[in-house]
Amino acid sequence: MIAANLPALQVVLPLLSAPLCVLLGRGRAAWLLATVVSWLALAIAAALLRQVLAQGAVHYAFGDWAAPWGIEYVVDGTAAFVLLIVAGIAATVFPYSLLSVEKEVDPERQALFYAAMLLCLAGLLGIVITGDAFNLFVLLEISALSTYTLVSLGQDRRALTAAYQYLILGTIGATFILIGVGLLYMLTGTLNMADLAERIEGLHQSRTLQTAFAFLVVGIGLKLALFPMHLWLPNAYTYAPSAVSALLSATATKVAVYVLLRFLFTIFGTWFSFSDMNVDWILIPLALVATFSMSLVAIFQNNVKRMLAYSSVAQVAYMTLGIGIVTVTGLTAALLHLFNHALIKGALFLALGAVFYRIGSVQLDRMQGIAREMPWTMAAFVLAALSLIGVPMTVGFVSKWYLILAALEKGWWLVVVLILITSLMAVVYLWRVIEAAYFRPRPADREAVSEAPWGLLLPTWVLALANLYLGIDTDLSVGVAGEAAQRLMGLGP
Amino acid sequence: MRQTHSDKDYQVLQVVAKLLVPYILLFALYVQFHGDFGPGGGFQAGVIFAAGVILYAMAFGLDKAMSLLSPQVLRPLAALGVLIYGGTGVAGMFLGGHFLDYYVLATPPTAGQHLGIFLVELGVGLTVTCVMLLIFFAFAQRAEQAP
Repeated sequence: MIAANLPALQVVLPLLSAPLCVLLGRGRAAWLLATVVSWLALAIAAALLRQVLAQGAVHYAFGDWAAPWGIEYVVDGTAAFVLLIVAGIAATVFPYSLLSVEKEVDPERQALFYAAMLLCLAGLLGIVITGDAFNLFVLLEISALSTYTLVSLGQDRRALTAAYQYLILGTIGATFILIGVGLLYMLTGTLNMADLAERIEGLHQSRTLQTAFAFLVVGIGLKLALFPMHLWLPNAYTYAPSAVSALLSATATKVAVYVLLRFLFTIFGTWFSFSDMNVDWILIPLALVATFSMSLVAIFQNNVKRMLAYSSVAQVAYMTLGIGIVTVTGLTAALLHLFNHALIKGALFLALGAVFYRIGSVQLDRMQGIAREMPWTMAAFVLAALSLIGVPMTVGFVSKWYLILAALEKGWWLVVVLILITSLMAVVYLWRVIEAAYFRPRPADREAVSEAPWGLLLPTWVLALANLYLGIDTDLSVGVAGEAAQRLMGLGP
Repeated sequence: MRQTHSDKDYQVLQVVAKLLVPYILLFALYVQFHGDFGPGGGFQAGVIFAAGVILYAMAFGLDKAMSLLSPQVLRPLAALGVLIYGGTGVAGMFLGGHFLDYYVLATPPTAGQHLGIFLVELGVGLTVTCVMLLIFFAFAQRAEQAP
C-alpha cells in the first residue's frame, strides 16, 4: 500500500502535518512533528528516485481518475532529482530550526511557523511532482503564500515590508502563470502536461500559444528571480528568520528553475521554445548581465545575508545560462548547478544563522573576529564558500566545469571568460567575509561569544560535508542529471 | 462596534438581526448538506454561516460574538477541517485505493462516492467558516483598538 502511494504521500504527508502542527499548538511538539515529517519526506524522495532509476517514470492518478481528465502525478528522472534535493535540504533545515526559531520567533507563533514551513515544503514538493499544469499553479501558490508569512515572521520590522514586496511581485508572477495556463487550456482543452505537449504540436503558429508562452516565461521568470525581475529577493532573504532564509535560498528559486524546464522542454518542446520563439536570445544575455552585475553588487554589501542573496541571483543566472545553451551538456550543467547550489547556499545560510544566533547580527563589522570564537561555524562557512567559488573537490567546481564545457562545445569563448571572471568576483565578496571573520579584532562593544550549540552546528556541517562528498563522488548527481538532461532534450530512452 | 452608543441606538438592527440570524445559519446548513444534490457545497455554506455570525457581531458587539466563538476555538477547528478533508483522502489509501479515491470508502461504490463528497465538503465548510470569522475578528479587533 505504501509503495504504490509514494508519489501522493510525498506531498500529502507534509500537507496534512501542517494542520496537525496547529492542533499541537506548542512549539517543541510542532517542531518534533515537522522534523520527523521532513525526514520521512526525504526517505520517500530517495525511494522514488530508486524506483525511477530501476523502472522508469512513475505515474500516479489522483482518486483513480485516469490521466488527461484527473490530476496525475508523474515522477521522472528530473523530478526525482529535484525532489531529492528539496527534501534533503528540508531534512537538514527542519532540525536546525528548533534553536534558531526559539531565539527569533514569538513563542505563541512557533507552532504556526512550523505549519507554514511544512506547507511551504508540501507546495515545493508538489510543484515538482505534479503532471498537471493547473495543479502546478495551485501548489505554487501554497508554497508562495506560506513563504510570505514565513518572511514576515523575521525579527526586524523591515521583514514586513520585505514580505509585502514579495507578496505583490510573487502574486504578479503567479497571475502571469495562471493567465498562461488559462490560454493553454483555452487552446487545447486540457491541463495535463503530457496531453498538452501532444496537442501543442500542430499549433506552433497560433497567436494564443505564443501569448501563453510569453506570459509563462515572464511569470516563471519573476518566481526564479530572473534578472531584472529579482527585486523581491534580496530583502526577503535578508530579513526572513535564519532557517527560512536557508530553506528559501536552497529550494524556492531552484523549484522555479525546474518549472521553467518543465514548460520549455516538456510542454512547449525544444523546437517551439528555442527555434520558433527564440527564448534563448532572452535567457542568455539576461543571464550574462545578471551574473556580472549581481556579483558586482554583492561585493559592496555589508550585510552578509544580503550579499549572499545577490550572489543567489547571479548563481540562478548560471542555471538559466545552462538552459539557454540548449545542449545536453548545458542542461546537465543547469540541473547540476540547481542541485549543487542548493547544497552551497543551504550551508552558507545555516552557518550565518548560527552566527546570528550568537551575536544577533550578520553585519560585516559586527562579525569581525568571529572565527576565533566560533571556529567550527566559520570553518563550515569557508568550506561552502570555496564550493561557491568553484574550487576543485567541491560541488561548485563540478557544475561550473560542466557549464564551461557546454559553452566550449558551442565555441562561446566570451561566455567562458565571463564565467571565470564572475567566479573571481565571488572570491572577492566572500573574501570580505573571511577577512572580517578571521583577520580583524573583535569590535570593542561586542561581547565575546562561544561556539554555536550542536543543534545548529550538526545540520550546518552535514550540508558542508555534502558539498565535499558530492564534489568528489559525482556518480549520483552527474549520472542522474545527465540522464535527465538527455530525456528533456528528447534524446534519451 | 464602539461602545459609545447605547444599545438602544441599534434596536431596529438588533431585532432584525435576531430574526434573520437563525435563518441564515439554517440556510447555510441547507447549502452544506444539500450541496451534493443541488447547487452549493462547503465553501458557499461556510461563507454564509460565517456571514450569519458576522451579522450577529455587528448588531450585538464584537465581545459577545467572540465569547460565542473565540479565536482560541476557531483556530484548531480551522485546522481540523483541513484534516477531515485530507483524512478522507488518506482513508481511501488505507482501504486499498489511491489518495482521494472515494469508491473504496463504502459498498456499493456509489455510496462510497457519496460519503467521500459529504466528508470532504464538511471539512471545507468547517475550515471556511472558521477562517472567515478569524479574518473578520482580526480586522474588527484592530479597528476597536485604534484610537
